[in-house]
Amino acid sequence: MSGARDLPAAPVDKALPGHSDEDTRRRGPAGYLLMLPGGLWLALFFVVPTVTLVSTSLYDPSGSLALGYQMTGHWQNYTQSLSDYSPQIVRSFLYALMATAACVLLGFPLAYAIAFKAGRWKYVMLVAVIAPFFTSFLVRTLAWQYLLGDNEFLVSMLRKVHILGSDGYLLDTPFAVVTGLTYGFLPFMVLPLYASLEKIDPRLLEAGADLYASPLSVFRHVTLPLAMPGLVAGTLLTFIPASGDYINAELLGNPRTRMVGNEIQDLFGAGDYPTAAALSVTLMVAIVVLVLVYVRRAGTEELL
Amino acid sequence: MGRAGRWLGEHLLLFLGLLVLLYMFVPVFVVILMSFNDPASRNSYTFDGFTLHNWANICEPYQMCSSLALSLRIGFFATLGATLLGTLMAFAMARHRFRGRGAVSLFIFLPMATPEIVMGSSLLALFVSSGAAGILGFWTIFIAHVLFCLSFVVVTVKARLAGLDPRLEQAAMDLYANEWQTFWRVTFPLVFPGILAAALLSFSLSFDDFIITNLNAGQEVTFPMFVWGAAQRGIPPQINVIGTIMFVVALVIVASGELGSRRRAGKLGT
Repeated sequence: MSGARDLPAAPVDKALPGHSDEDTRRRGPAGYLLMLPGGLWLALFFVVPTVTLVSTSLYDPSGSLALGYQMTGHWQNYTQSLSDYSPQIVRSFLYALMATAACVLLGFPLAYAIAFKAGRWKYVMLVAVIAPFFTSFLVRTLAWQYLLGDNEFLVSMLRKVHILGSDGYLLDTPFAVVTGLTYGFLPFMVLPLYASLEKIDPRLLEAGADLYASPLSVFRHVTLPLAMPGLVAGTLLTFIPASGDYINAELLGNPRTRMVGNEIQDLFGAGDYPTAAALSVTLMVAIVVLVLVYVRRAGTEELL
Repeated sequence: MGRAGRWLGEHLLLFLGLLVLLYMFVPVFVVILMSFNDPASRNSYTFDGFTLHNWANICEPYQMCSSLALSLRIGFFATLGATLLGTLMAFAMARHRFRGRGAVSLFIFLPMATPEIVMGSSLLALFVSSGAAGILGFWTIFIAHVLFCLSFVVVTVKARLAGLDPRLEQAAMDLYANEWQTFWRVTFPLVFPGILAAALLSFSLSFDDFIITNLNAGQEVTFPMFVWGAAQRGIPPQINVIGTIMFVVALVIVASGELGSRRRAGKLGT
């Protein structure tokens, strides 16, 4: 099982329990030197741009890229973009929430099966989780466009069993968008969940069963609390990118399923930088607030 | 619940897990199938007939292979940059003490928690405000890709470092290896699989990225941007050939890496 730990994208970042490496950490300038190049990159291309984005969001929107913008502290960009695009913002969070819930429902059995039931197939199953990643995201989304299409197997079958009406369809519906989002971000749910579940000593689960707990209460009182860090990391890594995505809404949805990402992209495309920036900042602030509330409630602050 | 019920419960979960895995592969099967499609018309995305034409004429769609070459080039350089910077940071965090640890962890975590559209917007705002929009191109894509790969590299390599028993290094030092020798003969070989995994992850993130790239590419067209454009006009089946090739190549790399580490483990007698 040496391979299990080599796997990429298990973003649960915790030292293994059992030994503390605090005592082996060295003092001195070497640490700062190692940190410097990457730290500079983050400062220059992550921190500075965030400041630029906020200041861009306060430019006078009557300027243009060619003529230049006036910095006027034009906070009306925010009220304007909120009143114009609040349906898209709400819809983005709603779709992201539904996709995250679907990812939990699909991802938990899979992560559990890999951690406890796969035996020697563990590594193969883990590779299988990330393997679809390697065919490009867009190409796979186009494959969903095909799978959900009107004349294809899925729709004809659902029509036959009368789940869909005889002229019912799936493509270009909110259902298709949420399906695409769920599919696209499922590995981000499975890998951290697996990382948490794998650390659970199976004897704890047996002990629960020995003490006459039903499988359901073992799950509720033993498995779930121990899997919490992975569940929180997984929901964040699914919810956050899903709420900013516009690929699925564009390729699988219709004009009434547009998400905030679609609007930001189009505003930049149209050259309206201040409004686009204001909408981006709004999205970011909303996500930070939601994440903080969520992490508080889940009681896993140490993850951040 | 009886014995039979429990057996069912045990295997039911494995069965459910395999079912979810199958679901994850359905679009991949479609991609592979469609790479052999002989479409009746330009806009047709249904399986109309079998052909090897697409595989024999991969570069037929206008600009597809040049976009592919650009994506591979960017993927290569961004992987190199992000793996180098990220590995150094991971070592600093796992092996050295310094002030501002918490702040640094936060700033490594934040890019992963930023939606792509926001990160792309901020970079665009920076590039545009720092001068003419004319600088958008290869280098701005490179800067963006190193940025979003960096955090994933740090997390992956750091996890590997945290899993190492520090006593191995102490043992080497006790046996009169100096710091340099300890690093190259003990630490680095043990961390290497983590670095490799981080590089593979960086490359696939970079190769796959659309949202951030689309905002910062200027006149350049990467492979995902080509696919996006094609999705509006009519999808050439060769796109699926590229998807299939990427899938197979990545599987071969992962499998050979695992075989290699099994062989090494076998030599050590474990």
